[in-house]
Amino acid sequence: MATAQKQLKKELTINLGPQHPSTHGVLRLVLDLDGETVVKCTPHVGYLHRGTEKLGENRTYLSAMPLMDRLDYVSSMTNDVAYCLAVERLFGIAAPERAQYIRTMVSEMTRISSHILWLGTHALDIGAMTVFLYSFREREWILDLFEMLCGARLTVSYPRIGGVRNDVSQEFIDSLYKFTAEFPSRILEYETLIDQNRIWLQRTKGIGVIGAEEAINWGLSGPTLRGSGVTYDVRKHFPYDAYDKVEFDVPVGQHGDVYDRYRCRMEEMRQSNRIIRQCLEKLPRGPVMAPDAPKLTLPPKEKVLADMESMIHHFVLITKGPMTGQSGEIYSAIEAPKGELGIYFVSDGTGKPYRMRLRAPSFVHVSALPRLSEGSLVADVIANIGSVDVVLGECDR
Amino acid sequence: MEPKEIAERIKESFPAEVREVTDFAGQTSVIAGKDSIKAILRFLHDTPELYFDYLTDLCGVDYLGKKEPRFEVVYHLYSIRHRHFIRVRAEVPADDCSLESAVDIWAGANWHERECYDLFGIMFKGHPDMRRILMPEDWEGHPLRKDYPLKSDLGLMEWRGYTELLKTVEKNSQYEVR
Repeated sequence: MATAQKQLKKELTINLGPQHPSTHGVLRLVLDLDGETVVKCTPHVGYLHRGTEKLGENRTYLSAMPLMDRLDYVSSMTNDVAYCLAVERLFGIAAPERAQYIRTMVSEMTRISSHILWLGTHALDIGAMTVFLYSFREREWILDLFEMLCGARLTVSYPRIGGVRNDVSQEFIDSLYKFTAEFPSRILEYETLIDQNRIWLQRTKGIGVIGAEEAINWGLSGPTLRGSGVTYDVRKHFPYDAYDKVEFDVPVGQHGDVYDRYRCRMEEMRQSNRIIRQCLEKLPRGPVMAPDAPKLTLPPKEKVLADMESMIHHFVLITKGPMTGQSGEIYSAIEAPKGELGIYFVSDGTGKPYRMRLRAPSFVHVSALPRLSEGSLVADVIANIGSVDVVLGECDR
Repeated sequence: MEPKEIAERIKESFPAEVREVTDFAGQTSVIAGKDSIKAILRFLHDTPELYFDYLTDLCGVDYLGKKEPRFEVVYHLYSIRHRHFIRVRAEVPADDCSLESAVDIWAGANWHERECYDLFGIMFKGHPDMRRILMPEDWEGHPLRKDYPLKSDLGLMEWRGYTELLKTVEKNSQYEVR
């Protein structure tokens, strides 16, 4: 009997991931358990490390763009926007107004599609399977819209340095209008499934609680931070593109638990829908590519074929990168669906960045997982992973 | 507070340590020696009018052959309460590649510092868990250093896992349909 009791008290170490369906990629957690309580949680990351920063430093500013799509691969549009904005700020150019509105619009579409994916998988992890089927219907709709816009669904590379690749068509605008009219009722549908669901409430309320001060101290950002009641949103604090020209609210939670983070994201989708609507209504006329920066942006193809100077610009841009000769450093951040996505460039005047640093929100969020999970049950670890919304492509870079 | 004012405040409080203040595209950097960096960060965090409560980012930069000292650790700080931003750069020489950890000021510095150690080989004294993070535990070298090659040509020195993979590919290529 005595030995049996001794065995019961022994701590058990289990390995969660890297191939576990609820870890959303290749996250590995080593959990030390006392019974069903997590005593220690040690995340191991790096399974998806592709050396994006090193690769970026060995490529020209223009050709590093496709790497950005593959960071947070469920919201590639915002990654591209972050990259383009950083390069534009570094070299002191600005996208034309129409391009800014289009970027704002596609960023918010990405936010919706990313949040929908999060909602579906998070609910699936916790055991509400139906939400997944509903949410993927709308995600598919948005991906179809992306396809209509630029031909690609996931790795879009649509925003470009100095603007966007092509103008939006009337067909796209009409379809997006239809989407914005329909989408609020779809959010209601999701909410009827889980908002008051007793199992959902028990699995999420009071789980993974982190206070405002502590959340800031851990460097959390995005809805994960706002769930704790902090109104930090890069779109409001450092407005970029057309965010200072549209009206929207920043939803915040109160308790900083899994449920409040869920509520924040649901409200954010409503706000995103509102922003898209305003962008469509206010969309100004004009070019979509900065016309006054031939040393930074690719000239239009028809000009390259007809005009000597454009051809030279094209050739130099492709082979050597933007030859501005300007050295400096810039930190530029945007509000990606997961949180603050920042890019720090050090330029030495050549066509390649001397240093490219990516501040990925998922990386910071995974680092806070032990703080959220220690002392809770194993099942709550799954809820926590879901609620901080990590994508390992971005975390490992 | 304007970034220039913040830089002035740092200069006033640490006149001997601040080497340079630079300004580019509306962002101000304060460059300081590595010995006093912890005191400067502590000052920025604890002074009520500054109150930099949010460590936005921490990363290393390798200026091999460009300037001395070779490394820099760059802190991007933001104050959510006062809405101001500053960049602090600590110079780290190659022969003494270490500086004080900021984990006890901002908990979020933990993984950023581990990453900096992993990719640049800069040690952080007082860090609770100084291990590699992105690279495998048995990895040799620090990939983001400028003298580290992008593509390896190490031959026998190659990482074991990769050579094994190459062998497997070679072995399996006999089954390839031609």
